[in-house]
Amino acid sequence: MRRVLAALLLSAVVLFPLVFTRPFPRHVMIMIFLYGALATAWNILAGYCGQISLGHAVYFGVGAYTSTLLVREIALTPWLGMLAGAVLAGLVSQVVGYPCFRLRGHYFAIATIGVGEIVQTSVLNWDLVGAARGLFVPIKRPDSLLNFQFHQSKFVYYYIALALLGLALGVTRWIERSRRGHYFRAIKEDQDAAASLGVPVAREKQAAMAVSAALTALGGTFWAQYVLFIDPESVFPLSLSILICLVAVLGGVGSLWGPLLGAAVLVPLSEGTRVLLGGTGKALDLVIYGALIMAIAVFQPAGLMGLVRQLGARRGIAASPGARRESAA
Amino acid sequence: MGLVYALVAAGLSLIFGLMELVNFAHGEFLMLAMYVAFFAWSLARLDPVVSAPVAAVALGGVGWLTYHGLIRRVLGAPMLAQIFATFGLAVFLRNGAQFAFGVDFLTVKDPWLAGRVSVAGLFIGLPQVGASVAALAAFLALYLFLSRTETGLALTATAQDRQAASLMGIDTERMFALGWVIGGACVGVAGALLAMFFYIYPDVGGPFALLAYVTVALGGFGNVPGTLAAGVIVGLVEALAGLLIPPAFKYSVVFVLYLVVVLWRPQGLFGRF
Repeated sequence: MRRVLAALLLSAVVLFPLVFTRPFPRHVMIMIFLYGALATAWNILAGYCGQISLGHAVYFGVGAYTSTLLVREIALTPWLGMLAGAVLAGLVSQVVGYPCFRLRGHYFAIATIGVGEIVQTSVLNWDLVGAARGLFVPIKRPDSLLNFQFHQSKFVYYYIALALLGLALGVTRWIERSRRGHYFRAIKEDQDAAASLGVPVAREKQAAMAVSAALTALGGTFWAQYVLFIDPESVFPLSLSILICLVAVLGGVGSLWGPLLGAAVLVPLSEGTRVLLGGTGKALDLVIYGALIMAIAVFQPAGLMGLVRQLGARRGIAASPGARRESAA
Repeated sequence: MGLVYALVAAGLSLIFGLMELVNFAHGEFLMLAMYVAFFAWSLARLDPVVSAPVAAVALGGVGWLTYHGLIRRVLGAPMLAQIFATFGLAVFLRNGAQFAFGVDFLTVKDPWLAGRVSVAGLFIGLPQVGASVAALAAFLALYLFLSRTETGLALTATAQDRQAASLMGIDTERMFALGWVIGGACVGVAGALLAMFFYIYPDVGGPFALLAYVTVALGGFGNVPGTLAAGVIVGLVEALAGLLIPPAFKYSVVFVLYLVVVLWRPQGLFGRF
């Protein structure tokens, strides 16, 4: 039953752009995939390893800037730029992690905010990378996969975003089942106990950070190629870092599908209120957004996955081993 | 400036010390306080110096409402839910202010304190001097309250050990609410003082809140005198950095300072774990 349902859902997602040919529904789906992928990447570090980073925009920005600069300077295809961005973000994350992982809880979160602000200010004032003016991705015609640019329709972007999401989910699934996943959860539950049992805490935290950062950078490159313009305000802001974890928290942290579920709810909601109520300069859409966040925190602190599990339990459907382990944790 | 930062941070620090919860809406509280001072001026012709107590009472009320309406319900929830409760409040307040007051930059014109004084060849704006003195006075009042009155001591006891305090017959629920009221009042005074020489607009709280987090973490969460010292350090570093390197980087220097300090003392300069 579950398998049939999953197969139906998957084929619906794959066939979606064939049915809906207008740009807006495709755009909403692409944003769901992108934010789903970003939140899933964040979830590896925060949900499984328990380290709440509020500076993930740094890696998103590194991904966006690396590929764009490589296209502009040496005309390298964004696909290789994407890879370079991911590697660079992984390295940056190790430098960030070294001091920050000495801190715990709120101290760690605030240190990552600090790092984010330092990076944003630096890029804002760094002329070589366009400073506050930002960078345009050089327009190349005709559309081609090699150039990672599609001006005719969002069709190909849709599948690239879907692949990105699939990759993030796949990596999470793989970690979840590996020895590493157990290490991560042990650190999250009780760092000192984990260390006393021989878990290399510092090394494992850095590993979680590197994987999470690299996946986030892939999303950054995708974003740069999707909108073809980047500036520090759009790829490095604190609000992006917070949005990423908001999506994950809404869905439910520490579970495989939670972040995607959060994106599937939050993205249409924010795009919808933006279209309906935005543009008046009155920010009513964001007022509602804020109220909604508070409501979720108060009424459903375990995220939507918690709600799904409750419903599942009530109906008496046997939970999968993964879900049972999560709800026991 | 450092003293005003310290006062903003004191409210944050007090709340954190009490219930291990970071109020991400603190910058928005500051913004509200500045609007209170502005409307006190534009509607009733009250100078910010006079309206500071009004702002303190108003923001104390906001703190009380926040505690009872929101925080009390997420006390037992995971840390992430708490972060998002206050973050949602921040988004709500900021955009609510934009909805209600518009995005224009407002200023309080012709405050009582204007012009500047010269101290040993350095020119300092009189509003800044007034704000520093008032912030110091408010800080002293807070310190005396916490260390000299019975209620203040009960508050400190609750911050140190919630369970032991409740065993001693202290109503910790009331103390939490009181902590939010006082935290709000601190930021209320600070906001009114800032309104004398700073533009007032819905997003004004952001940079101040960021500095407040760093100040609190630098001084050690929950340590009020430590917060004062850290606030002064942050203010000085920011001012000196503005002189020595391009001013755009002055906030970065503060953050770098924080990272360097926590490398050496993860619990902050004066903190305890």
